Amino acid sequence: MTLLQIAFLIISAVTILAALGVVVGRNILRNALALILAFLGVAALYLLLEATFLAAVQVLIYVGAIAVLILFAIMLTERLMKQERATNEQWWVVLVASALLAAILIFLVGAVEWQVTPTEIGGDPIANLGRALLTTYVLPFEVASLLLLMALVGAIIIAREREEA
Amino acid sequence: MPFLNDLFVNLSSWIHGFLAHFLPLWAADLVMMLFTIACLIAFAVTTIIFINWLERKVIGRIQDRYGPNRVGPLGILQCVADMIKMLTKEDITPAQADRLIFNLAPVMVVVPTFMVLAVIPFGRGMVAADLNVGFLYIMAVSSLTTIAILLAGWGSRNKYSLLGGVRVVAQMMSYEIPMVLSALGAIMLTGSLSMVSIVAGQSRVPFILLQPLGFLIYLTSAVAEVNRAPFDLPEAESEIIAGYHTEYSGIKYAMFLLAEYVNAFIVSAIAATLFLGGWQGPLLPSYIWFFLKAYAIYFVLMWLRGTLPRLRIDQLMGLAWRFLVPLALVNLLVMGLVITLTQRKGLFSLVLVSLVANGLIVAAVVIIYAFAIWRRRQVKVTT
Repeated sequence: MTLLQIAFLIISAVTILAALGVVVGRNILRNALALILAFLGVAALYLLLEATFLAAVQVLIYVGAIAVLILFAIMLTERLMKQERATNEQWWVVLVASALLAAILIFLVGAVEWQVTPTEIGGDPIANLGRALLTTYVLPFEVASLLLLMALVGAIIIAREREEA
Repeated sequence: MPFLNDLFVNLSSWIHGFLAHFLPLWAADLVMMLFTIACLIAFAVTTIIFINWLERKVIGRIQDRYGPNRVGPLGILQCVADMIKMLTKEDITPAQADRLIFNLAPVMVVVPTFMVLAVIPFGRGMVAADLNVGFLYIMAVSSLTTIAILLAGWGSRNKYSLLGGVRVVAQMMSYEIPMVLSALGAIMLTGSLSMVSIVAGQSRVPFILLQPLGFLIYLTSAVAEVNRAPFDLPEAESEIIAGYHTEYSGIKYAMFLLAEYVNAFIVSAIAATLFLGGWQGPLLPSYIWFFLKAYAIYFVLMWLRGTLPRLRIDQLMGLAWRFLVPLALVNLLVMGLVITLTQRKGLFSLVLVSLVANGLIVAAVVIIYAFAIWRRRQVKVTT
């Protein structure tokens, strides 16, 4: 076993344990903390694959923004903080859905023939990514931006309506 | 002079060569890595001792006082005395506190601070890790500080701490946006996120000459990002005692203090790297230029702290969302246009066109504000 594989196993174990902690823990705030650890574990996996850009973006968006929002929402919702357990009666529905998703993913990973290039991909990966997003994939990129913009405007409208009512 | 110029680089390669004599190469590399990390942490700790003294002296002078002058010559050992006092104090954990989170937060607040130091180029060849995503890495890692402070505020089980923590999140999330948008100007000019390439890109002209507006936006948001006066609402002592670190004492309080001062130095260092040309400069060794520039910006930070009153929370959010974000967006758009237009026109026209563009933006802002004030007066007269 190489050093890289050992690192991969350790990081995956930490990520999976943290992800388990998110769903089985009783204190919802600590579950959110475990979620942050799981996000960081995924970022570390990206680093192992030498995808530094993805790793940085993973930390910036998932840990820096989404996890903070989750923590914020938990702390400011009194009803959530007083709860004895972190799950409600529908936990088994989620369990079935997650099991299905996991089964599909495992099947796909086995079924797809992954293309492997024997040589290193040349050029600056970040510059290549930026160029691809603004030339070949400009349409999906713009559609995604538009969707985000609509979500942004929608959030503002919902927040303002509550204020006036 | 060449000896002094590459003093630390040569020292590092000499130690590496020395270790390679009796260790396998990978072990020598590993030892060097640990050695670099130890150097960075030692640097952070000595920086806080010096910066704390300097800040108290300078603010003392600004406010017509002496500042510390009892311990050691010019009071320079004051911080050492304070450190000893702080480390020997009783470590109190509130009875109602969430123990795990309360103890985890001070560690979580210091770690990202040390991690950011790894990508800052202190001199020619003096960078611990030249990442190709350098600036993005800095933003990603420093966003971890927000979580740590929020947890500190929540874990203390104290309403003032929680208020401070909530304020930190609102403030840091808001000011992160203009900070990144203004730094993008420098990144667009270089075409790279790596801090080393950004410094190399300024060999002919520092980016402050092309991006004066971007520099000012960056500096304003950076002061807010590290929660310093006049943006120190998360620890406003007249409103919420000491904010998120109200309940901390002893070494844990020292951790927050360390993170705060080192972060303030780091944003100055990043500003020097992005806009003032980093370690580039004539005659003096590169690392001396770097520290001169970083401390010049840090002096401005102290100056602001010593002279400006604290903002109100609505003024704080208004400044970020209604002024800095739109301005940074316009600046980014105009800079993109300028760079595209002067692509093959040489340096002189680039500087000229960007200065004109920056002037035009400022003129537009002034006209819009004058018009708004005029309209408000008109409305008042008619009603």
